[in-house]
Amino acid sequence: MSTSTDSVLPDLHIGDGVKSAIDWIYDNLSPVLDAISTSLLFLVETVTDTLLALPALVMVVLFTLLALLVRSWGFGLFTLLGTLLVVSMDMWEPAMETLGLVIVAALIALLIAVPVGILAARNDTFSAAVRPVLDFMQTMPGFVYLVPVVIFFGIGVVPGVCATIIFALPPGVRLTELGIRQVDSETVEAGEAFGGTSGQILWGIQLPLGLPTIMAGVNQVIMLALSMSVIAGLVGAGGLGQEVVTSISRLDVPLGFEAGLAVVILAIFLDRLTGAIGQPTGRSLVAMVRSRRAAAETVLVDVG
Amino acid sequence: MTTDSGPQRHEQSSVRAPGAPASAPPAHVPVPEHGRIVPAIEANGLTKIFGRRPQRGVRMLKEGADREKLRREGLTAAVIDATFEVAPGEIFVVMGLSGSGKSTLIRTVNGLLEPTAGSISIDGQDVTHLSTAQLREVRRTKVSMVFQHFALLPHRTVGENAAYALALRGVSKADREQRADEALGMVGLKGWGGSMPSELSGGMRQRVGLARALAAGTDVLLMDEAFSALDPLIRKEMQDQLLELQAELGKTILFITHDLNEAMRLGDRIAMMRDGRIVQVGTAEQILNEPANDYVAQFVADVDRSRVLTASAVMERPVAVVGAETGPKAAHKLMRENQVPALLVTGRNRTVEGVVWEEAVADAVKRGVDRLPVSTEIVRVTPDTPLVELFADAASSRAPLVVVDEQGRLQGVIPRVTLLSALSVPDAVEEVPDPNAVEDAPVAADGQSALDQAGAV
Repeated sequence: MSTSTDSVLPDLHIGDGVKSAIDWIYDNLSPVLDAISTSLLFLVETVTDTLLALPALVMVVLFTLLALLVRSWGFGLFTLLGTLLVVSMDMWEPAMETLGLVIVAALIALLIAVPVGILAARNDTFSAAVRPVLDFMQTMPGFVYLVPVVIFFGIGVVPGVCATIIFALPPGVRLTELGIRQVDSETVEAGEAFGGTSGQILWGIQLPLGLPTIMAGVNQVIMLALSMSVIAGLVGAGGLGQEVVTSISRLDVPLGFEAGLAVVILAIFLDRLTGAIGQPTGRSLVAMVRSRRAAAETVLVDVG
Repeated sequence: MTTDSGPQRHEQSSVRAPGAPASAPPAHVPVPEHGRIVPAIEANGLTKIFGRRPQRGVRMLKEGADREKLRREGLTAAVIDATFEVAPGEIFVVMGLSGSGKSTLIRTVNGLLEPTAGSISIDGQDVTHLSTAQLREVRRTKVSMVFQHFALLPHRTVGENAAYALALRGVSKADREQRADEALGMVGLKGWGGSMPSELSGGMRQRVGLARALAAGTDVLLMDEAFSALDPLIRKEMQDQLLELQAELGKTILFITHDLNEAMRLGDRIAMMRDGRIVQVGTAEQILNEPANDYVAQFVADVDRSRVLTASAVMERPVAVVGAETGPKAAHKLMRENQVPALLVTGRNRTVEGVVWEEAVADAVKRGVDRLPVSTEIVRVTPDTPLVELFADAASSRAPLVVVDEQGRLQGVIPRVTLLSALSVPDAVEEVPDPNAVEDAPVAADGQSALDQAGAV
């Protein structure tokens, strides 16, 4: 005997509802979808073309310099070896395509996430309303986003970017909200007590003091964008994801491993780079030059 | 104040040097009626209740509910019916333990918290129901604040922190840097403007907090447990510095503390707070000698009385005084009648000339001299000398210490015995030990000390 609940609970057909909503959007908002599609494609291609404009080895040097500049010589060394490895595995072009997609998707995600996070930090009602939406976005399996975006934008880079934006957005909102909320309340009070407007308090106190946490959010957004961009290879987003998908369909272990390794190197590079911007290590080239100069000035003052 | 807050207004306020003493009151201050000075801060029935629909809490309090009953309703009555006035140039200390509502109280003064009932006026202007823009204007021009944990901006230099209030109101860079430097100089941090707050010690950081408030150039200064986070030695140093600055600048200061000794050191007047209510307002001496209830009495039991009490608080009415032109015979008679070994001799306008001793007078009578053998070996002290400075004199002088005013006129005397007994704690106020007594205790807010009258002859 089956103990079916069919007779008790009505079938709500939520999935069908979503499908008709998506159909409606596709039928009625196609000019908007086209505009989004065109501009996203343009952005990704511009960024990717820029990354691929210079020879790979020149870019390797530039990346290494960047690593030295913001973090430390150890990270610089890793970047040098890692990017050289990517070049030698012949993964440079797909890696830069993926990087381009990640940069565009992460930037757009942040442009949405940071303001939403700021609003959520200032308004409890808005925060309570946003939270379940974020939970939904974060826990819904990434593959599921691919279906509607393919309906909207067809196969290619654009659905990949869209799915990536949706998937990478939530930690940006959450950590921006947290960063602003955890700023010492007395310091915010000081801003109010001296007659600061809410804008002055936001830009002068809350954002700069919440920056480490907000940057952790930026870091998370970029990492999630990278992981999603590989999945986006399934809908023809190109890049390293494409290589992974190809390796699966061909059961090509070497190709799959090399593509995967390139993703890992890219991930570590992006993680350490954005991490260092959020919380300076003090061992970067910039910090060293600065402390040298300060020391020199002190000596000058002492002599004077 | 009017709502107009154009740029001219900012210019005006930026011209005044931060150190300039409170000059003539601005034009918008109501003219004092009958010579009454408009209080710098005036709180009337101020009540702040936290929780959902706090107005019902006000109603419950009116119906006689206590704090505990409100708590069961999910309401926290932080400040209940606080009424006080702070005169311009006064240091008014609000003293209470944690949870007594003192931090809430100070935050209602500059509108960081909006009172649930009652009103707050600054310079005669009701600031309770202002729009956001008006409130901002009040904060920029009238009230500044010093915080317990300094609340400096860690990513800005000391100089930028000191100039913060000026930057907020759009003062030009050169102007605000100059005023910030002046303010840093006043608090003893000249030349530190380029450092980061993280390079400074706690005491120095709070000096920056003080400089920031001084640079703002407001007449009213709110200090929320400003020295509580500092080491005892640094705290003492900061208290001294504040008193020094105050003597120079004459700001109106509302100072919050949980440290009774600090309250006694700094406060011209002290408000004792307990469970959200102000239980007593008075000078340090009044609170020491006439505690309004057992709670206050217990609180002040271990204060170092010798540093708080002054000569005027303990001096006694001189028992026996003679005029300088009195003859030795009359003086001798007076001594025998009063059974005293010595008489104070006063001249015109009750100026103190000296003292005569019994043996000298007896000798003069025997020899038939018609002038009093006045000894000028007496110690004169002013009424506001703390007791701790009287002991050495009292030990070396045979005669009682003589308290005189600036014109040298006799105010009272302090015999050695009185000096010693003044240090003992007065008996607890006779009061039925009733838990509600504290709440209902009348507030002694008159500025007169009963002991002052004892000293008057």
